[in-house]
Formats: sequence, structure tokens, C-alpha cells
Amino acid sequence: MTTPIQLAEQLSATTLLRFATAGSVDDGKSTLVGRLLHDSKSVLTDQLEAVEDASRKRGQEAPDLALLTDGLRAEREQGITIDVAYRYFATARRRFILADTPGHVQYTRNMVTGASTAELAVVLVDARNGVVEQTRRHAAVAALLRVPHVVLAVNKMDLVDYAEPVFAAIAQEFTAYAASLGVPEITAIPISALAGDNVVEPSSHMDWYGGPTVLEHLETVPVSHDLTGCHARFPVQYVIRPQTPQHRDYRGYAGQIAAGAFRVGEPVTVLPSGRTSTIAAIDLLGTSVDTAWAPQSVTVRLTDDVDVSRGDLIAPSGDAPAVTQDVEATVCHVADRPLTVGQRVLIKHTTRTVKAIVKDIPSRLTLDDLSQHPAPGRLAANDIGRVVVRTAEPLALDAYADSRRTGSFLLIDPADGTTLSAGMAGASFAAAPARVAAPADDDAEWDF
Amino acid sequence: MTTVATVSEGTGNPYALSHLDSLESEAVHIFREVAGEFERPVILFSGGKDSILMLHLALKAFAPAPVPFTLLHVDTGHNFPEVLEYRDRTVAEHGLRLHVASVQEYIDAGKLRERPDGTRNPLQTVPLTEAIQQHRFDAVFGGGRRDEEKARAKERVFSLRDEFSQWDPRRQRPELWQLYNGRHAAGEHVRVFPISNWTELDVWQYIEREGIELPQIYFAHDREVFSRSGMWLTAGDWGGPKEHERTETRQVRYRTVGDMSCTGAVDSDATTLAAVITEIAASRLTERGATRADDKMSEAAMEDRKREGYF
Repeated sequence: MTTPIQLAEQLSATTLLRFATAGSVDDGKSTLVGRLLHDSKSVLTDQLEAVEDASRKRGQEAPDLALLTDGLRAEREQGITIDVAYRYFATARRRFILADTPGHVQYTRNMVTGASTAELAVVLVDARNGVVEQTRRHAAVAALLRVPHVVLAVNKMDLVDYAEPVFAAIAQEFTAYAASLGVPEITAIPISALAGDNVVEPSSHMDWYGGPTVLEHLETVPVSHDLTGCHARFPVQYVIRPQTPQHRDYRGYAGQIAAGAFRVGEPVTVLPSGRTSTIAAIDLLGTSVDTAWAPQSVTVRLTDDVDVSRGDLIAPSGDAPAVTQDVEATVCHVADRPLTVGQRVLIKHTTRTVKAIVKDIPSRLTLDDLSQHPAPGRLAANDIGRVVVRTAEPLALDAYADSRRTGSFLLIDPADGTTLSAGMAGASFAAAPARVAAPADDDAEWDF
Repeated sequence: MTTVATVSEGTGNPYALSHLDSLESEAVHIFREVAGEFERPVILFSGGKDSILMLHLALKAFAPAPVPFTLLHVDTGHNFPEVLEYRDRTVAEHGLRLHVASVQEYIDAGKLRERPDGTRNPLQTVPLTEAIQQHRFDAVFGGGRRDEEKARAKERVFSLRDEFSQWDPRRQRPELWQLYNGRHAAGEHVRVFPISNWTELDVWQYIEREGIELPQIYFAHDREVFSRSGMWLTAGDWGGPKEHERTETRQVRYRTVGDMSCTGAVDSDATTLAAVITEIAASRLTERGATRADDKMSEAAMEDRKREGYF
């Protein structure tokens, strides 16, 4: 039961962390999610009763906590997670949005979906099995999507007698592997989701472990990047022109700051036109401010009456991205029909959608062994590969490595609007391209 | 009075947004995306707290210009009078245009039949979908939140519906980053949920922070109620109480506002926003579990209704 003091703390909880979980069913992901939700009071009585009732009807003795998260009829019938579910819980220190993603290789696109907005990914490993193919796949997706923080949760420590050497070996292997992929920060935690060790409460079985519990880490990990190193970017969403007697001359550019910070008085360039002006005012949803930063939604006014419309990008004049019509990127193909060389598509980048053609698919990555296959000609559902796309109009595109928001795009089928692929612009996702060679091909570079 | 801090504490990062500011920024972004990409958007407005919150966010998103959307209310004919009064006052105050789709008119015209259990909530689907077709709305904002219900937890922010307004949970578009895909064919439309990521507590905290006025039925008051299926229902012309049901006066409030025939009140002495927030934070029941009869009909009641076109 929540005490009044805990309640007061919870109500003043300040920041929001979006995170994703990855792991196969057998790794105990549902149990971990169930425990986080349960111990943070996020499973309420009527939800638990519904789960108990449904479990009984299925002939199960104990309540099946997976039924809390598997919300669709088909998922409940088959006992598997098909689609991403979003869960919400709060502690005294922070609010959380959890993207609960399926672990199956055939649902790679759903893990990509969950990871695209996540600041942190929890990768689960069964302590008895150690780092397996699926673990490498999860690490690769986290690296590809540039999730800033990765937690390795070594689960089922109770089944290996809470032995430190078992944990240390797995943590070391994973950390070396993930670091080679360019994952910036890895925290390894030995847990037993079932017994509750190091999930919410520190374990009494593992005195050798001095680090945080999973929840403690989630509560304290920093949620915003250091903005000083970011290129400021402002995609224009909508032009606000009231044309009322009180605001006859008001012309504001509405949008959400994608990266960095903007200041009144700052010289800016509008792309792709290249026209320049100066920021005259910034309205933060009704309040006039001097400075605004990502991800605030604001309205910017300029000193000059330049032509600016939806799809344009405003950037500091000294730090504007180059515009290009030739996009090289890594994509995760998310549609059932394949992506092929020569295909005509739409590319949606920030607030701009333009026509484009797939000029080349130089390689396809096999997530199982991270080997690359040259010139596959096409990408099927859940494939990850390199593409070269020529656009009909120039785009102000950053490398995804520099900006998740202005380096990402969608490929869309112009015929029916289907989302085909999730794209990440730039040379490669790996920070250190030559570090890892595919086991099957020693000459292969990590620039797939 | 609880004040919500807007500056993060303890993180040492002056640029970290508070959770309410993050959610607000995201919702505003979604409203503006729809304004930028669609021809005829509409906001579903019932006079309930979630739609009031949505309207507030829309007002902020386009200020100082007016909200570039019309409103649509599906009136079950069993609405709370205080809520209808609030609805009309709000529409007038902001110079908005309101469309009303009436379940009662459909029943009177013989196009819908009253259900034996008396609830009109599921009957809203036909007037809703026909209004969408008739007015050719291409984006329909709903106040659905993923924390409400397990099928809603699977819902996208931009949810494509076919010409029959049907939702197919297995054929949803993956939703990546903040790149919402609103492409649709003629006759199809997109349901948009700007407050998907808000919880009931977030909604209340934000309402308090922004000083948003609500219909009085959200606060504790004395009301003539009777018990049915474990819920306190308001007595009225809609069909209650029946002979064996006894009316009594209790101090109650509502956590959700819907059709009088299936929306229950909870015992409460919370007369202020601060008291409501304290009460919700300590509650062991979800909003819908406590007060919505229609969700208890089957394990997948919401999924089934959403498939048919319910929001």
C-alpha cells in the first residue's frame, strides 16, 4: 500500500523515461515486466482479477502475467506477443513508458518500432544459456537504432546458484560485443525476475553485486542528451497566421524542436531554399521565451518575411545540414511485400514528404551472424539492409548517428500509403566499422 | 494545493523536460501534424475530461489562431445534463463548430434498436461512422489512452480505418520515431490519439496545472443513485431504477463521463482537483474497471467494439 509520503513523492515525479524490453519468451521477459508493473502498483485489482479469471478459464493454476500485456484476441489465443504494447508506470522518482516488444526474429520490425523512441533498452539473457544468437540480434537492433542506454539483465540467476563467475562471463562477453557495435553505455545486472532479485529490491543472494537494481537504474539514468554538442534543428510543421484584428501581422512557424536549442536573435537558414533570417521571437505554447530546446513544441517568428512552409527546416546559419537528393541509408523493411531496386516510393523525412526511387540495394544484413550479403536485389519483411535512394526534391538530412530525429525517415508506397521501410541515413551504424568481422567471411567489413 | 514542478530535480540536467511537458509537447506535435496533412479533421468531443484536455491542447497548439478543426459529439440520448451544458458553453466560448450525431434519432428512425440491457454505448458506432462518411472527415481525433484498456494499449497514434471504419489490429502500420504516416485512400480515414501516452493521473495533474474547468460531476456531490451490477447508476428517464432496485442519496463523483446507462459513479468526498488526484493515486481500481459496465461484457469487449468502428 502506498503511504502518504510515497504518494506525495510520486505526484511530484518529474521526468519521463521511454524504454523498451527485448528478449525471448523463455528468457522471462513477461515475468520481469509483470514484476515491474506489479511492484510499482501499476497492476490494479480489477486488471489482476481479469487475468486470474482468464487464467482459470484456460485451466492454468497460477495467474498468467503475460495476459496483462498480451491485449489482442490472437495473442491470447496463441500465447505469444505479436505486436508492441505500451505500458505505463510510475515510481516516486520518475514516470515510465515501456514499449513491450516481441522477441521473435520474425517480429524484428516491432522491436525496431519499440526501440525507435526508446532512450534505453533492456536485453534479457537466460543465465543458463548465456549470450545466444537472439541476444546478438537484440544488441544489433539497439545499436542500429542508436538507443543511448542498454541494460543487460542476466535473468534466472537463481537457477545457477547466484554464482558470480556465471554473471561475470556473460556480462563481459556481451559488453565486448555490444561495444564493438557502438552501443555507448551498457549496464549489466544479475537478476531473478521470478524470485525478485535485483529487479525492484536488492538481492540478499548476491552480496558480490554492488550495482543498482533494474528499477533503480531506470529511475536514475539520464533522459536528455547533452544539448551543447547537438546541431539545432527545427522542422516546420504548420504556419500559424491568425489574420484576426488583434494578430493581423502574426506569422509563426509551428513545430517541435528536433535537436539542440534555439535562441532569440540567432541567425538562421531555411532549407532547402537557403534563405537566411534571424529569430525574432519564440512562443512556447503561450509563453514568450528567449531559449527553447528539444523536444519542446514551439512557434518561431522570423525578422524577415521570407517564404517558409511545412516541410522546411530551420537551422542555425553557422550549422546547417547539407541538402541532398542522394540518400544512403540503412533500412529495416517493415512491410510484407518486398522493397526492390527501381521501385518508386515516397520518402517521409521530418515534416517533408517527397517522391523518390530506390536506385540500389548494395547489401543485406543477416542479424543471426551479422554477416552481409552483397546485392540482394530486394529486401523482404524484417530484413535490414543498405539502400541508395534518389529523391525528386532536395532533403536537409542529417546522419542518423548525429540526430535520431532528423536522420530518420520512412519509405512509403505511393499507391496505398503502406509504410514500407524505416530508414536511418548515413554510412553505417557502427561507431568502429572495422572492429567486427562476420564469422563466415573474415574480409567482410562492418559497413554492411 | 499540489504544484507540479516543471524543472527536473536531481538529474542535474537543466534541459530535461518534466513528464507533463514531454507529454504536452508530443500531443501538440500530433495536432499540428494532422493540421498540416489532412483536409477535414474533426475532434470527437463528449464533454468528458479527455476530450476537454484534447481541446485545451489544440487551443495551445494553434494559438493565437483559432483551432482549425470542428467538433463532433455522438450523443447517446442518455447524457448527463451538466455535461451537455458544459459542451455547448465551451463551443460558444471558443467560436467552434459542433456536429452532433444522435443515437436517439437513429432509434426513432428505426435504424438502431434499443438493447435489452439498456446500454447505448455500443450503439454509438453506427452514428459515428455514418457522420464520418457524411461529412467526409479524413482525420478523427479521439481521446483514447493506452493505459485505459489492454486492446487500446495496442493502438497506434495514427490508426488507419477502412471505409467501414474498421480496425484490424493485425494489419496496423508500424509507427516509428515521431514519423506519423497519415496516407489513406478516398473513403478511408485515420483515427488520431494525441493523448495515447497519458495516464489517468497525468490527465488530472495536467488539468490542475493548467487550471482547466471541468463539468461538476467529476467532483463529489450528493446524487440520487441505485446499485446495478456493482455500480452506482444515476436514476433517470433512461431506464432506471427498475422495480427491484432502490434509489438512495450518496456522495459520489464520476471518473469517466459516458452514457448514463453504463457509467457508474464512485463513492467519494473529493471536491477539489487536489483531492481527486490524491484519490486516484491511491485507487486500486482502473478507471474503466471501476465505472464502465460495457468493458466487462467479455475478455475482448473493447477489441471487438474497436474492430467495428468504435473509437
